Amino acid sequence: MRFLFEKRKAKSRPALFLVPLISFVLSLALAGILLALFRANPLQTYAAMFWGAFGSWANFSEILVKTIPLILTGLAVSVAFRMEFWNIGAEGQLTMGGVATAGVALFWSQNVPAWVVLPLALSAGVLAGALWAGIPAALNAYLKVNETLTTLMLNYVAILFSQHLYYGPWRDPKGYGFPGTAYFPEAAWLPRITGRVHLGLVFAVLLALLLWVAINRTRWGFETRIIGQNRTAARYLGIPIATTIVITLLISGGLSGLSGATEVTGISRRLQQGLSMGYGYTAIIVAWLAQLNPIAVLFVSLLMAVLLVGGDQIQMTMGLPAAMALVLQGLILFPMLAGALFTEYRLILVHANTGKAKAIVAERSPDHA
Amino acid sequence: MPELFASILAITLGAGTSLIYATLGEIYTERSGVLNLGVEGIMLMGALTAFASAFYSGSLIVAMIAAMATGAVLAGMHAFLCITMRANQVVSGLCITLFGSGLASFLGQTLGPQSNSRYLVGLSGPKMTPLAIPGLHSIPILGAVFNQDLLTYLVYLLVIAAWFFLYRTKSGLNLRAAGENPQTADAMGIPVSKVRYAATIWGGMLIGLGGAHLSLAYTPGWAENITGGRGWIVIALVIFAMWNPLRAVLGAILFGGINAVQFRLQAAGTVIPAAYLNMLPYLATILVLIVMTWWETLSKRIGAPAALGRAYVREEK
Repeated sequence: MRFLFEKRKAKSRPALFLVPLISFVLSLALAGILLALFRANPLQTYAAMFWGAFGSWANFSEILVKTIPLILTGLAVSVAFRMEFWNIGAEGQLTMGGVATAGVALFWSQNVPAWVVLPLALSAGVLAGALWAGIPAALNAYLKVNETLTTLMLNYVAILFSQHLYYGPWRDPKGYGFPGTAYFPEAAWLPRITGRVHLGLVFAVLLALLLWVAINRTRWGFETRIIGQNRTAARYLGIPIATTIVITLLISGGLSGLSGATEVTGISRRLQQGLSMGYGYTAIIVAWLAQLNPIAVLFVSLLMAVLLVGGDQIQMTMGLPAAMALVLQGLILFPMLAGALFTEYRLILVHANTGKAKAIVAERSPDHA
Repeated sequence: MPELFASILAITLGAGTSLIYATLGEIYTERSGVLNLGVEGIMLMGALTAFASAFYSGSLIVAMIAAMATGAVLAGMHAFLCITMRANQVVSGLCITLFGSGLASFLGQTLGPQSNSRYLVGLSGPKMTPLAIPGLHSIPILGAVFNQDLLTYLVYLLVIAAWFFLYRTKSGLNLRAAGENPQTADAMGIPVSKVRYAATIWGGMLIGLGGAHLSLAYTPGWAENITGGRGWIVIALVIFAMWNPLRAVLGAILFGGINAVQFRLQAAGTVIPAAYLNMLPYLATILVLIVMTWWETLSKRIGAPAALGRAYVREEK
């Protein structure tokens, strides 16, 4: 007697919702074991994380602050992953977006009317992010160079480049050695809604809705899905694969670039240490947990932001490292990856002696009898 | 001048060791048909457990075993997800890396002694010292080759063993068959899933040892992000090596050499900003990938195992 997986006729709908939910609960349980090993009460820790995140308006607004870059990079990763183009360079694309925006805000703002400064700076960020993703996209589309590695390598290059700028030529001469540029002129500040929550939140939500429509209602959405599912089929259908890859990655990089642009104009208002906080990597988790659905990205980003803020809080209140949040985030995908099988397969029990299969999870379909 | 060459050679070999371990591990894994993008995370965890266990036990052997065990556990998780649960191998590997780096960061701030506020950063523990081979180590310039640490000597033996195993033994042939054509391998009676499990877990042990070399010998001690992207460079090195253990040495020496030149230039104080020198390994990786891909298309040689990254599903009736 042994277990076997049998392919389902259609993806199981309940499993689509249940699997991410169960994954989250399981990851909390697994991390709880880890916490217990380090003499921390898991329930107490989670309670501290929860109250740390939701306990005060100030902390809750911090959740929204962290949600913004997660949504934008999460969307960026999602559109690329739909084509099975493994863009893990959102971090670098975000950084280059921040760098370009800072460059415009710092050095060009004197030459143009004040109302142009912010749109110009943000556009520069979007463009820089798009180009930074465009390089690996073109290398993959035309030369078939492995995109996972090139996108990742360019993260290191981008981060080193930004460090070079704010430690070196762009460093604020009046900053007493602080690693950062001078503050941007006020014309380049992104308006804030409440607390540190800036207009980027509106951009992020609108872009998620726009992408949802584009994915489900346009030719582009259809073509990227076919490329992801079956490249040979895409070729026979006459889909311009190389062009679609490059265009989609320009969109993906542009979204990450925008997140860098809104971070520097909305939060720090200068280019400084701490622009790359790992949002680009968390974005991978966001995208996969959201099953590459732009609307779901909104909610998953919020959840990840809760974990990040909660992690900061337990560092202050319980002396546990904030990296606990990273461990939790890393753990979430494991049950999710394992559980994905159940949306496409069901578990059946096979009797070795008779060779007869018995469905124990779901009733058998008539044509199997 | 001879001293300069000797020092560049010494740094090259030292920097190359961790890369060779991990590249070897990834070659075993990928040859069996499993793509493991978790190398960066496994190396980080290997480095962490090696340093922590060396610090508390005082034994380098215990440290090496701990790093291998950690590598086996993480690679085992990857194997379970990819082989048994047929998860997407790219995402599963990324997940191992994200989880590994998060956990290493967490443990680096919890495993330390009370006197160091539970941090592991800034502590010094037992480290591997160079073992000079009598007679040979005093040869001018080349003497550096015979004045290395234990793990470095060991890795060159492991390279030869890997080559012999993969190309000259029946089990090695089975392993390669599982990665090239699992359907046929299965029909021939090769237990594809078991072979893939074994290759992935053994690969993880080697990757863990690569991490251990960093925290025990190359840059002794624990530092957040001690690997600095080496795990990703390794994935590129496997492509550069065309999945051949002997060629892996070439690649690792090349990248070790870039590290060494970078060190020397920085020490000598050049006009090139440090940031640009630090970009070298990453830019070189991209360049190597472009050249290798271009060359592969041109010569119509495909080095990658045919079934790499694809789960094997036996069609059941």
